[in-house]
Amino acid sequence: MRKYWVIQRKSFSYLIDKKTTFAIIVLALIALFSMMVSIGVGELYIPPFGVFTALIGSGLEMNQLIITEFRLPRVLVAFIAGASLALSGAILQGVIRNPLASPDMIGITGGAGFAAVAFLTMFSDDSNNLLLSINYLPLFAFVGATSVAFLIYGLAWKDGVTPIRLILIGIGLMALFQALTTLMMLMGPIYRASQATVWLTGTVYGTSWKEVKAMLPWFLGMLPILIFLVRRLNIQGFGDDLTTGAGISVHRERFMLLMVCTALAGSAVAFAGAMGFVGLIGPHIARRITGSSFGGLFPASALIGGIMVVLADLAGRTLFSPLEVPAGVFTAAIGAPYFIYLLFKNQ
Amino acid sequence: MNGILHGSKIRTAALILGIILSFVVMVLSVVLGYTDTSLSMAIEAYTAFNGSNEHLIIQLSRVPRALVGMAVGISLGIAGVLMQALTRNPIASPDIFGVNAGAGFFIVFGVTFLGITSIQQFMWIGFLGAAVASGLAYALGSAGRGGLTPVKLTLAGAVMAALFSSLTQGMLVTNEKALDEVLFWLAGSVEGRKLSMLAAVMPALLLAWIVSLLLSRQLNAFALGEDVAVSLGQKTVIFKFVAALMVVLLAGGSVAIAGPISFIGIVVPHFARYLVGSDHRWIVPFSALTGGIMLVLADIGARYIIMPEEAPVGVVTALLGTPFFIYIVRKGIFQR
Repeated sequence: MRKYWVIQRKSFSYLIDKKTTFAIIVLALIALFSMMVSIGVGELYIPPFGVFTALIGSGLEMNQLIITEFRLPRVLVAFIAGASLALSGAILQGVIRNPLASPDMIGITGGAGFAAVAFLTMFSDDSNNLLLSINYLPLFAFVGATSVAFLIYGLAWKDGVTPIRLILIGIGLMALFQALTTLMMLMGPIYRASQATVWLTGTVYGTSWKEVKAMLPWFLGMLPILIFLVRRLNIQGFGDDLTTGAGISVHRERFMLLMVCTALAGSAVAFAGAMGFVGLIGPHIARRITGSSFGGLFPASALIGGIMVVLADLAGRTLFSPLEVPAGVFTAAIGAPYFIYLLFKNQ
Repeated sequence: MNGILHGSKIRTAALILGIILSFVVMVLSVVLGYTDTSLSMAIEAYTAFNGSNEHLIIQLSRVPRALVGMAVGISLGIAGVLMQALTRNPIASPDIFGVNAGAGFFIVFGVTFLGITSIQQFMWIGFLGAAVASGLAYALGSAGRGGLTPVKLTLAGAVMAALFSSLTQGMLVTNEKALDEVLFWLAGSVEGRKLSMLAAVMPALLLAWIVSLLLSRQLNAFALGEDVAVSLGQKTVIFKFVAALMVVLLAGGSVAIAGPISFIGIVVPHFARYLVGSDHRWIVPFSALTGGIMLVLADIGARYIIMPEEAPVGVVTALLGTPFFIYIVRKGIFQR
């Protein structure tokens, strides 16, 4: 029996590893299961069967209302945000060939955070009313993320970009943006500062279908691009020389991948806040399961990232009930120790 | 590496000039600001106090903040030198080590769960946090195979900082009152600190300044490499322990009074090395003076950025320091 299925067309080719496919199916089931649980658990517990009947449109009307109006969109936003962040981290780690990179460590989320807080403080008047619709917040966050990505890449450029330089410059810029964010928070009213803190930690509290509708196109739009880029990203792992030799314009590809990465991170941060460490450890866990070929790594990372945020949100809602702890606290509390473990292991 | 100032005579002269300069910037710091005051007014505030608004501001606000700024700047400068020498890492400094974030976390924790309110208590708990965080980052950076490498240390510090700051944010989210109380502290500022606070940490800081000056010979030996230092008769284990303790006193003390003020610790030692080369007997005093002068100047600048409000000085140092940090990184110390 062959280990792979081969799919080959003009512009893309895939080796589908059977083991990887199996792992991804299992992950998808876990994701579905954790979403179901998360939908069911809360102030009012709805048993799995109740959740199922409500989702297909029958069952108690009360349950239906709670699930379709409140819990389902929230869980979906959590999943999409986690998946986007983890994908973005996987791409970044591939592009700069360093497993320690992630959008939050190198300041991309920091830039988004600064832009979002600046938006909150600069466009609110004395009586705390926003002058612009809150719907523009994601746009600001996105522009912030993109600008920082360009800035880091540009500053790290010196006859090419080395991973170490990229990370160090990212850490430096992160500190700068943290300072600027604090400045913005001090300039605005305290009410906005507290709103901004919640956002900076990362939370999916109070999300509705509006957010789902706004995020989904970004997420789904990036997926086909990724499918075409997977093959080339795999080659990039061998180094710039080999990639050029294989007939690929390294810089153009790298730039495109960076744009996709920023778009994903930017949209996730825009709607779910600066959720820490998902982009870093999502791909790491995935790599242990599927190996480092990006064809399997991408879907696995996305699923694991999604599961992480869904579970973090579940923990945040239930563990300290009636207090709501932002999901970002939990992703960081689990992510940081894991990262430390990685540091020890990689040396 | 010799630096641009050769010979002990020129260096001594420069050092004296630096001391004079630091007094000048402190006087400027007392005189300049939103409330119009003059030098004669400042002197009158102490010789012929009349209870006027200006005199009160000078006595209670301007003079303390000039002194606090100088003390914190000196301490951060020396802490930066010690850390960079100890870890052989050109970007080692309290903020990169996650010390600031650690202290911030402990203080917010104290406010939220232990109900502390006085700035005196802030100080001691911040001190503790700084010590814990720097210890953790150092342990983390030096554990594992390969020992203490610059890049590993930087990443370890960045992770500690990320961990502490997200935990801090988590607590602030649930407690708006605490946010209001600690936000200004979290930004890093020398404003509104009383002289009594400075007096409380001053003994620790002074001790650390003196010990650091005495350590400078040992730093020179250590800079040649640990093997060389051992063969020169240095007890490196004791030396490292004492130096690390001084770092905790200096960094912890400054963070406790002024909050996280970034980049002074990174930038100042580089500037001092540019001036006097690689001899730590000169680097330590020059870093101390440059640190103090730089922080007081940044604090004066902070009053004018968003007048009539004040920007925290930590923001100003971050704005000025980041370009320099990027320059150091680009210079390629980490080529590997």
